[in-house]
Amino acid sequence: MAEIDCARAHDGSEPLLFYPDYVSTRLRAPSQPLVMLPERLSDVTAPVYGWWTPDDLDSDLTLQRPEEPQGQRIIVSGQLLDEDEHPIAGALIELWQANAAGRYAHSRDDHPAPLDPNFTGAGRTLTRTDGRYTFTTIRPGAYPWRNHDNAWRPAHIHFSIFGRNFRHRLVTQMYFPGDPMMAYDPIYQSIPDPRARERLISRYDLSLTKPEWALGYAFDIVVRGRNATPFETPR
Amino acid sequence: MRAPTPSQTVGPFFDFCLTPNTRHGRLFPASASRLRLRVRVLDGDGEPVPDAVVEIWQEGDAPGGAPSFGRLGTQEDGTCEFDTVRPCDPAEGAAHVNICLFARGLLRHLHTRLYFGGDPRLPRDPVLALVPESRRATLVARAHSDDDAGSKDPAYGKDPAYSFDIRLQGPQETVFFDV
Repeated sequence: MAEIDCARAHDGSEPLLFYPDYVSTRLRAPSQPLVMLPERLSDVTAPVYGWWTPDDLDSDLTLQRPEEPQGQRIIVSGQLLDEDEHPIAGALIELWQANAAGRYAHSRDDHPAPLDPNFTGAGRTLTRTDGRYTFTTIRPGAYPWRNHDNAWRPAHIHFSIFGRNFRHRLVTQMYFPGDPMMAYDPIYQSIPDPRARERLISRYDLSLTKPEWALGYAFDIVVRGRNATPFETPR
Repeated sequence: MRAPTPSQTVGPFFDFCLTPNTRHGRLFPASASRLRLRVRVLDGDGEPVPDAVVEIWQEGDAPGGAPSFGRLGTQEDGTCEFDTVRPCDPAEGAAHVNICLFARGLLRHLHTRLYFGGDPRLPRDPVLALVPESRRATLVARAHSDDDAGSKDPAYGKDPAYSFDIRLQGPQETVFFDV
């Protein structure tokens, strides 16, 4: 099925839609060719998310409850850019994650690890004028899933990004350097090019680290600036 | 040049962040041209997908306004229902709603378009013209008047309603776009 996929998947820089090692793709990945939409017909120029106005508490997941959550306090910060390295200001970034024990505050997560009443695991912020963003949170734990025997997801934080237009939309996951579980994770491994995969790994950053307070991780996010995909003829 | 950040699946546990309530599904509460859009997501076995995120990006009912955005998670039956308006006719082609679909098992989100059944402008739409004729119907929502699909908002109860199935695989697989 891979040959029906988009050019960015062909060059290895994006995950393949059909990746049978990730079992959930088997009945959910489309099997027909994607139809190339030329840029001039791609008509949505600006996202509108007026349902929310920023609040400092939204970007500090350690302050959302009366007491502090359990776990290793971390700062995750970076810059939102397009491929031409133009910063994107005023963009909404949403983030969600498991707690330090590897449990989501979600009714369908039945992993028998403790919930933390002081951790919602959800945050949001707007990028500043230089495209930068900062979250304070807790380092998430790894957790088991049922994809294959003894399957564990590497520790990760989910990110949702709105850029300046419809084509900037991105949902992805940020990983941590040196995590041995990435080698066994079909979601991470679904990206064919190892250099592209590594763009999902945050970098420990001493300059972001706050003395006697929190470890700092840098994670820049680059959204596609243009479409270089050739037209695909359906077979 | 910086290489783009790759996509990863939204996973199953997004709703406490992305879809914590249903108000994102009501786009234009007071417009005269309002309607209901009921979107249903089905997998390759025809089973409902109960953990998808459906985003709609659309124009308002008058030209020149800001595009609007709505986002809902699907229910156990694979559906979600937006209270919105019929977007205005574009300069070229037919009125449509852009849809971004995210779910566990989708390593990248999918783009599709919802057009309105019975719209006389459909044959002139330049995007539909890119789609093989045999598959165009997968992009056209059908109007219905049955009361069983009544809106959650009583104010919308008697407004026109359209249903749109997104089939991820199979003989009636919905057309998805590489944008």
